[in-house]
Amino acid sequence: MRLVLLVLLAALGGCATTGEERDPRDPFEGFNRGVYQFNETFDVYLAQPVARAYVAVLHQEIRSRVGNFFSNIQDIFIGVNNFLQGKFENGVNDWARFTFNSTIGLLGIHDVASDMGLEKHNEDFGQTFGRWGAPPGPYLILPFLSSSTVRDATGTAIDWWVAPLTEVRPIALRNTLYGVYFVNTRADLLEAGRILEEAALDKYVFQRDAYFQRRRSLIYDGSPPREKLE
Amino acid sequence: MNKILATFFWLMFSMPSFAQDVAPDALVKGVTLEVVELIAKDKEIKSGNRAKLVSVIEAKVLPHFNFTAMTALAMGQNWGKSSPEQKKRLTEEFRTLLVRTYASALAAYSAQKFDFRPLRAKPTDTDVTVNVRVLQPGAQPVTIDYSMEKTANGWKCYDVMVAGVSLVANYRTEFANTVRNSSIDGLIKDLQTKNKSLAEKK
Repeated sequence: MRLVLLVLLAALGGCATTGEERDPRDPFEGFNRGVYQFNETFDVYLAQPVARAYVAVLHQEIRSRVGNFFSNIQDIFIGVNNFLQGKFENGVNDWARFTFNSTIGLLGIHDVASDMGLEKHNEDFGQTFGRWGAPPGPYLILPFLSSSTVRDATGTAIDWWVAPLTEVRPIALRNTLYGVYFVNTRADLLEAGRILEEAALDKYVFQRDAYFQRRRSLIYDGSPPREKLE
Repeated sequence: MNKILATFFWLMFSMPSFAQDVAPDALVKGVTLEVVELIAKDKEIKSGNRAKLVSVIEAKVLPHFNFTAMTALAMGQNWGKSSPEQKKRLTEEFRTLLVRTYASALAAYSAQKFDFRPLRAKPTDTDVTVNVRVLQPGAQPVTIDYSMEKTANGWKCYDVMVAGVSLVANYRTEFANTVRNSSIDGLIKDLQTKNKSLAEKK
């Protein structure tokens, strides 16, 4: 509860400071920048140090096993989303991945399916809605999760609601798994974050544009209709 | 002896025209593998010598980029409003920034395996996209797409898309915002400040 209050306070602070030209895709920029600031603070003082310690303590080999474990569970709903988008071949591929990796791959810690030529896909409910024709809607910065849009945040809510991880009991074990998942994910992104930091003049704007481009590319599975720049 | 000399000169002068005839996908593959190998062999670069990495990229990769075209695309409408002097300085600063970003990305991914995709274009095409995928264990491959244009000096790259994100397009909003809020000179100054702070970091 105290956390929610903090987020709101930070967001209000953001509202007060920005009053410049608005990007039509980002009508809540003031609010978003507030949450962004909160996320940055959280990231710099907690998430990043923890992720660095995690990287320092655990060997790359083990971290990639941890990543594989979560990645394997996600293949179930990556498959579901492929089916929902009418990409049946990909859906079968994803479920075959899950079957092989869960058994031969020892609960997913070895990605044997990739070695067998079954490629990993990237799908979620936000992409499925996009494929169905839903526009992204206004840009949103979610607390802790960062860049999203109204469409993708709705998708993320469903992703989490159906995620097998939420069913894990006892609660303590589930929460531990959540924690490991977030730290492992953040650790994977350390390098990318550093590059973003170097490349951007205004990190908020740079990240927002990259997010819109990235999501569009994902919805079209990497080959969106080409937009010719003038 | 004369024959050898003649052959030598013939080779020397025919080389550049040979380079122009290299297909864009072969060019990307050749340059990528060469640079990755150089990085892998060089102990100083591997231990984090950023200046040396940048110099390798400047020598091997830069000649194949058209930075004026990249800057023009990133500037959009404001390019036409810039003076020749401003254009020159914008291109220089943007180039420095891009090289640095590219160096960081390369350092991060050079240990991975590359999958060079066959070119899907007609031989007569003068504007093509070369697709490369960086394979990483347990994750979806990262795609790198090079937009390339045929020029009198061979194929030149004018945009790079990483994981579906076009670098040039991504700078468009930033550049447009900065120019609107201050000026073209303000943008040049911002880029200079950014490059200076990056140079000081290491």
